[in-house]
Amino acid sequence: MSSVDVVLGARAGADGPAVPHRGARARLLRSEVRLVFGRRRNVALLAGLGAVPLLVAVVLYVAQDSPFAAEGAGGLLARVTGNGLFLAVTALFMCLPLLLPLATGVASGDAIAGEAQAGTLRYLLTVPVPRTRLLAAKAAATLLLVAAAVGAITAVAFVAGAAFFGLQDMTLLSGTTVPATEGVLRMLGVAGYVALSLTGLVAVGLFLSTVTEVPVGAMAGTVVVAVVSGVLDTIPQLAAIQPGLLTHHWLDFAEFLRLEVSWELLGQGLAVQAAWVAVFGALAWSRFTTADVSS
Amino acid sequence: MTSADLADRTVTAGPVATLAAGPAAVAAVTAGTAAPTVSERAVPLVIRTQGLTKRFGSGQVAVDGVDLEVSRGSVYGFIGPNGSGKTTTIRMLLGLVRPSSGRVWLLGRPMPEAALQVLPWVGALVEGPAFQPYLSGPANLARLDACDATADPRTARHRIGEVLERVGLTGVGRKPYRQYSLGMKQRLGLAAALLRPRDLLVLDEPTNGLDPQGTREVRNLIRQLAAAGTTVLVSSHLLTEIEQVCTHVGVMSRGRLVLQGERAALTAGAHVRLAVTTSVHHVAAAASVLRAEGLRSITTDGVHLTGVLGEAAPEQVTAALVAAGVDVVGLAVERPSLEQLFVTLTGEGFDVVR
Repeated sequence: MSSVDVVLGARAGADGPAVPHRGARARLLRSEVRLVFGRRRNVALLAGLGAVPLLVAVVLYVAQDSPFAAEGAGGLLARVTGNGLFLAVTALFMCLPLLLPLATGVASGDAIAGEAQAGTLRYLLTVPVPRTRLLAAKAAATLLLVAAAVGAITAVAFVAGAAFFGLQDMTLLSGTTVPATEGVLRMLGVAGYVALSLTGLVAVGLFLSTVTEVPVGAMAGTVVVAVVSGVLDTIPQLAAIQPGLLTHHWLDFAEFLRLEVSWELLGQGLAVQAAWVAVFGALAWSRFTTADVSS
Repeated sequence: MTSADLADRTVTAGPVATLAAGPAAVAAVTAGTAAPTVSERAVPLVIRTQGLTKRFGSGQVAVDGVDLEVSRGSVYGFIGPNGSGKTTTIRMLLGLVRPSSGRVWLLGRPMPEAALQVLPWVGALVEGPAFQPYLSGPANLARLDACDATADPRTARHRIGEVLERVGLTGVGRKPYRQYSLGMKQRLGLAAALLRPRDLLVLDEPTNGLDPQGTREVRNLIRQLAAAGTTVLVSSHLLTEIEQVCTHVGVMSRGRLVLQGERAALTAGAHVRLAVTTSVHHVAAAASVLRAEGLRSITTDGVHLTGVLGEAAPEQVTAALVAAGVDVVGLAVERPSLEQLFVTLTGEGFDVVR
């Protein structure tokens, strides 16, 4: 019996049920994560973001004796030369307005629209993968890539900060000094808060990705949403709606640099993100589970 | 009770019950001889649609009241020019596009409601192959397999190796999909459709981009699969490429299913013409004999006469002509090709792009 007959021989047919294997969801998720992190563009994205703290460290190291040393980034830059720990928060602060939304846009905008444009979506759905499960796997893999982007910035910042300037006990904004170990924990807190602050934007990007078959459109749209939100946040006349804006609480990570961290304020920021995730997650789901796949 | 009786009985219980008839029902299909159309006989249907219609937002009606009937074990040639609604119909069969109205049953279960139960048994190639460009062929198949909750991960490697061999894609190694030739892409698409045992294969233009050798291989593959009991729906805008392998044919034109049935029956019976060549002085006499013998739509072109044979037997007509003293210079029975049939039915050439 040839291998051909083996393929054709084992025929249960639709008369016999197609039984799902255990761990099928985990297998799908692993496959998605491998796809996202195996893609060269995404690896380049992570490398590019990781290069930001390195670049900042090199510039500060070279220029630390110049008259401009104390200027820039709200005084953060001046602190970095004194204590490498501050490099993490500085790099995240610099990436937050544009680079991180860009990375988030690329990751989330490509999720569904990329498959639609490549035509692979129709084959995934006829495998079949339940649309809700596919969307969930895409969302999880996207969140993981965004988290990895924040993680890459933070990790490189720790290493570069330690190498160029050393990690010392940390003087907080209030002037109090805490041990270096606590400083590290506080920096990790900043990174965690920044990553969670991007979840709302991921949901927006996923929704836009279900609306179009052109991934670049969804990517650009996501970035535009973040930028417009940032602009609206600066207009005093809009004070009434500003607390609900996607980006309003983004810079609240500075709480981790105060002696008494206001968990209430951070909680508000996360609640706003949760609301955006709920609304745009629901929109993405309702759109994706009902849309005709004609690509 | 014969197997045909069994099939007769089961079909009344609805499509789900007909599936359970299994081998007996298949035997009934193959044992059956002259059957004008599928609908007039009791056979289990693997694909059935009822008034299937798709109206797009632009107001264009892509598919208009299509009643497909594909019986188990058949190779159903789904033909029509580009833009006649074949692919939209196939997308609705597979639950990718929601019908504006009408219903679909696949393997006896309603679609798209039963998609998760039915689609594991359906292999599909829709509007050309599509894969992740940066992954290799095997990696792409592994990805599709990982998405299939009912596929056994332990046998994935083995099955992928086998199916690549089956479509003639061994030794592609780690070359990314985007570097594949069109023919290799098409083969990988077929491999994905065959990644696990299927009851039904839906192959939309499977020979697109293949050279004559590749086209032959696909035809042989379809024959093998059909011989093993898989029902195949194969669409094409190139009649000659699939005409030879089909047991049944459905013809689409401008969104409508204008004809469907067994291929042999369609190209026989009502459409067979008798062509008679006589001498100059016997044309009128020949025409009256043909008319008397029951031939219809008799046309005369010089000394050549043709008429639709209908119930008349060619040998009797010949005898009658000779008995009437008509010179019979030539006589031929002309069975229409599917293409001629299509032109007759729709009044348009086959390669018309709407």
